[in-house]
Amino acid sequence: MVESSSENIILRANEITKLYPGTVALNRVDFNVYRGKVNVLVGENGAGKSTLTKILAGVEIPTSGELLFEGTHVQIESFHDAVRLGIGMIHQELNLFPNMNVAENIFIAREITSANVHIDHKSQVEHAQELLDRLEAEIDARAQVADLRIGQQQMVEIAKALALDTRILIMDEPTSALSAAEVDVLFRVIEDLKEQGVSIVYISHRLEELVQIGDYITVLRDGDLIEESPMDEVDVSWIISHMVGETNERRIDHSNTSTGEEILSVENLRLGHVNGGFTIDHLSFNLQKGEILGIYGLMGAGRSELFECLMGLQKDIAGNVLIEGKNITHGTVQDHIKAGLALIPEDRQREGLIQVLDVTDNMTLSSMWKFTRWVHIQHERLRKSVLTVIKDLSIKVASPQVLISSLSGGNQQKVVIGKALLTQPKVLLMDEPTRGIDVGAKGDVFKIMNKLASRGLGIIFVTSELKEIMAISDRIIVMSNGKITGEYGREEATEEMIVSASAVGLKENAPPLH
Amino acid sequence: MNLDTVSGPAETISTNKLKFGMLLLKLRTFIALFLVIAYFSIMAPNFLSMANMVILVKHVSIYAFLAIGMTFVIITGGIDLSVGSIVGLAGMVAGGLLYNGLHIPFLGVTVYFHLPMVILITLAVGVLCGAFSGLLITRFNVAPFIATLGMLYIARGTALLLSDGKTFPNLVGKEELGNTGFPWLGSGTILGIPVSICILIILGIAAAYIAGKTPLGRHIYSVGGNERAALLSGVRVNRVKMFVYMFSGFCSAIAGLIIASQLVASHPATGEMFELTAIAAAVLGGTSLAGGRGTIGGTIIGAFVIGVLGDGMVMMGVSAFWQMVIKGIVIVAAVVVDQFQRNLQSRAVLQES
Repeated sequence: MVESSSENIILRANEITKLYPGTVALNRVDFNVYRGKVNVLVGENGAGKSTLTKILAGVEIPTSGELLFEGTHVQIESFHDAVRLGIGMIHQELNLFPNMNVAENIFIAREITSANVHIDHKSQVEHAQELLDRLEAEIDARAQVADLRIGQQQMVEIAKALALDTRILIMDEPTSALSAAEVDVLFRVIEDLKEQGVSIVYISHRLEELVQIGDYITVLRDGDLIEESPMDEVDVSWIISHMVGETNERRIDHSNTSTGEEILSVENLRLGHVNGGFTIDHLSFNLQKGEILGIYGLMGAGRSELFECLMGLQKDIAGNVLIEGKNITHGTVQDHIKAGLALIPEDRQREGLIQVLDVTDNMTLSSMWKFTRWVHIQHERLRKSVLTVIKDLSIKVASPQVLISSLSGGNQQKVVIGKALLTQPKVLLMDEPTRGIDVGAKGDVFKIMNKLASRGLGIIFVTSELKEIMAISDRIIVMSNGKITGEYGREEATEEMIVSASAVGLKENAPPLH
Repeated sequence: MNLDTVSGPAETISTNKLKFGMLLLKLRTFIALFLVIAYFSIMAPNFLSMANMVILVKHVSIYAFLAIGMTFVIITGGIDLSVGSIVGLAGMVAGGLLYNGLHIPFLGVTVYFHLPMVILITLAVGVLCGAFSGLLITRFNVAPFIATLGMLYIARGTALLLSDGKTFPNLVGKEELGNTGFPWLGSGTILGIPVSICILIILGIAAAYIAGKTPLGRHIYSVGGNERAALLSGVRVNRVKMFVYMFSGFCSAIAGLIIASQLVASHPATGEMFELTAIAAAVLGGTSLAGGRGTIGGTIIGAFVIGVLGDGMVMMGVSAFWQMVIKGIVIVAAVVVDQFQRNLQSRAVLQES
């Protein structure tokens, strides 16, 4: 812990705990925001960074703990509370209205008006243009947001936060969509803001960037506070080791069960990008029976898009996807499932589960045809299969008829896995299978993956957690900008190799201008 | 009521209360139906008579047909505004085929169909109307509200065109043309039970079976619950949507046939505003307009509440204007209570965990 006098701290979070049904997102975490400094927050996915910043910005309310603003106890229970204290947040996802122009977006919900009725468009545009010029963004305040590139939209988002007279600015992965030049501008803006006394909370996965810009660093892991330190006392390898923890701690016994028999092969797969170029850029790889292939990459590397191509969700693709020699490149999702592919989607809530249905219905949704005679569902047979899967994956449920929403994250994820298994797949695609579930459940998911691989399934899994990919994969492929930038066997791979391969092309290849 | 602050032994009591309250809320439509019937049987002496009950159920069955089809559509997260117009169109198609026959210009002949054929053609027209809406929604990405609003106008206009806005009267058919027997649908009985009620029972059971026991039913719920997850799970989302709109059209055509048969005439304005009654019945029965939730049984009870309320108020001599106000209040109250129940339920889930 760093001891420092309290007048240097503008906002202090004391023993913050946040519980979600089934998971502890934050466990008695302390966090200090130093005045006029860049306070970096790092941790792997699910470490609790986003939850913590959402609590500071009034989006989420902590289960327990207190917030001290300038030394006095405050309650930040809404966006408006946060704005009143001068806390602004730039969310990871863009929150813009594409159907309005830039100035309207910047002044949304606090329009410059006369008599609270008539919007003064002229002065809005002027103010907005001032802000944008300060950001050195060559954006016309009258331009339609829909016409801007993602990087430019990110700049608008930043301008929007600045327009609030912010004293504390929270930035959640602000650079993930920016080109190298835009990142430089952003860093200059951050320096500017610091001089004006604005305190910054900064989250990013790009570690070099953090060392460059940060003044203080706080590391979170699995909802626990690991360490807080001034940035000049640490380096990248310190950050990695604290983020990841003891590498051997969760090492899982894994024996390579690949048989050498090829089950899936992808040849020259290409998916075009709306702005030109490729989202998936000439990918070729194969998968063997019983093999676990890990795919690592940063956000936007094209990992999820790859799975969408493999599942038949993307229509305009070129190249070949063969499963046991059978070409299934162009086909519907149903064709792909029947051919033996199954997907565990990244976003469990949005893509994996149907909240209004119970465990049984969710689990059998993909495989209903197996339990159907004519049009009639054979409930007894279905019930037995569901019970077998529940036992097989050790899912903790009171009964198969309980609503899916009453389960913990880990158990929900197991239901999604169970749904895939009931289709009797040959190849399992798992997109971030451990996201948002607790440590114990993560271990269970890994055990399940091992068990399935030993039964001869081919598994491809995508993750942005280094430790996971190192622990469980037989082979690792690293993607960056839609290309394969590294391929390593289990023994030869090191964290440094993977991290550097995942950054290939990020600096040189700015997103294409049009 | 703040349950969070209660602790110790009081907690179990409040949990029990919560459970009992939730049971009452779950059965609310049933309780409402019971209360409405009890009230009217006291206030309107003839209300519970057998004759009146049969008339009432016949009235209700019309709404129930539409509401059953509507329930499937709403469960998928859609809406079908065209059902009332399809009722009108179906009646006019059946009436026209019986009264005028089908004139084929280039052959210079007029074909009269047998009654079963007339019924089949009418049902097919209903299904086609639904298929048209379904195609707009699935292939051309038109919002269900707009697609079926378009169908509402198209079907109603077509119904008016078929007779130039006139009524097809006296649809008894002619012996020599072999198309007699149409009034049987509306006034006949099977084993002493009116035909329309028999059809309602069959359709209700079939729909409940589809909803609960077939893959199609599960898929309907999954599309409304989370369309993206359903798609990723291999559910043929577009086919499911096509089905629900076609089924809704089919149900509407049945209603159109039965009304025309009861009146032994068909008028192109039949069924105006029926779509709203059907939506109201489904919502009263616990169907969520957000999709994913609803049951056929609930919908039928909902249709009964609306029907009983209407008939009872007529018997008591309540003015038509007041009837509308009261129906409106009942529908809004039902949704408010529904929201209340859901809040209570999620609180109960949190308490258990």
